[in-house]
Amino acid sequence: MGSVTQSLMRLFRGSGHHDQPGKGSVPARATRRSSGLGEFSRLLAGREGLCILDIGPTSASNIQRLTELGHRVYSEDVLLASKDPSLMTPSPDGATSFDEARFLTENLAYSPQTFDAVLCWDIADFMDEPMVKPMFGRIWSVLKPGGLVLAFFHTKDAGPDSPCYRYHIADADNLELQPITISSAVGAQPGGNGRDTRASKADRQPDYRLRRVFNNRHIENLFRDFTALKFFLARDNVREVLITR
Amino acid sequence: MWNKNEVAGAKPESASKTESSRSSAPELRKETALIGSSVFIKGQLSGSEDLYIDGQIEGSVDLNGHNLVVGPNANVRAQLQAKGVVIQGKVNGNVRGAERVELKRSAVVVGDIYTQRFAVEEGAYFKGSVDVTRETAPVSKEAARPNSSAFSASAASASAPSAVKPSSPSSPQTSVSNLKK
Repeated sequence: MGSVTQSLMRLFRGSGHHDQPGKGSVPARATRRSSGLGEFSRLLAGREGLCILDIGPTSASNIQRLTELGHRVYSEDVLLASKDPSLMTPSPDGATSFDEARFLTENLAYSPQTFDAVLCWDIADFMDEPMVKPMFGRIWSVLKPGGLVLAFFHTKDAGPDSPCYRYHIADADNLELQPITISSAVGAQPGGNGRDTRASKADRQPDYRLRRVFNNRHIENLFRDFTALKFFLARDNVREVLITR
Repeated sequence: MWNKNEVAGAKPESASKTESSRSSAPELRKETALIGSSVFIKGQLSGSEDLYIDGQIEGSVDLNGHNLVVGPNANVRAQLQAKGVVIQGKVNGNVRGAERVELKRSAVVVGDIYTQRFAVEEGAYFKGSVDVTRETAPVSKEAARPNSSAFSASAASASAPSAVKPSSPSSPQTSVSNLKK
């Protein structure tokens, strides 16, 4: 019975198989259709030389696909950067406060109106609350007027154990979802020197748990400075949102 | 400037230590200069043969028409220019590969990449832009001139990509090294 349920869930999530994160090797990818990506692709079709920023976990496929289309691609793993524990500084009252100024100095530090499009994927759901609004504020400023943002948000039906994926663009309408393994996420920490021991890596494992779920009102408030939002409801408890500045 | 004899003579014992890792690097000829993991070089490094770096470099590396491998122990803060560049270690600086640039899974690269063919293994960390040109001709001195200021500057003044601004998207094929504020 359990296996039947798992098979059904697999069908809903996609056509491929999922490996458990952290079990070594490269996890298999699942493929799923993305209406948001389809609309995004159609809006960018026929245009060359665009500046596109991908702030999800580094994807070789995305870089190669977008550069093949003649675009200039910027890649910056903001989710990994947001897991830097030094960004949370202890306050005198014992609580911790988020160093927003430093976060924005070290990340997404581009000139205003640099990009034609930003691929956010679902990283906002996995980031700590205080970082989300400043991040989208910065994205607004680095986007050109009319620029596009593709972001995914989990629905309330998504459980706290929803996996964090590395999104690969398979084609204009389809995405490949690859669960992020702890080893790959930690092994490439920018602050490391490539000589980290296993023990020190384990100490710095990023926490890729779903932090919260944004409802539609929250999402509209997050993007209140943008001119248009278009929602696409996907089957796997995810809303895809295409935002226009 | 640095040449094979100077580099090889500086740390001959390192060569044998990293021979096995060197052999795994693709397209490196037997006559490959090596900078061992305990070597630190600050300045301009140029040569006319393949080079394997496993130490620390600050400044610039220019291997016109030859291949460069940045080993897993390397920590490089420099502008890199070569025919083919394979990165396994840590690089902070712009990378120009006339034919190809490849980031292995252990790579940590912060900087802009300009090349004809680009490959990244899963697990590599990359922060910067990729500008893939489809030219068949090798990178000429004239084409590289906008970036040559970084190469001719002293290593002490070589700027990290985080200190410069994005280039104009209107001329992505010729713009250079202007990623960050």
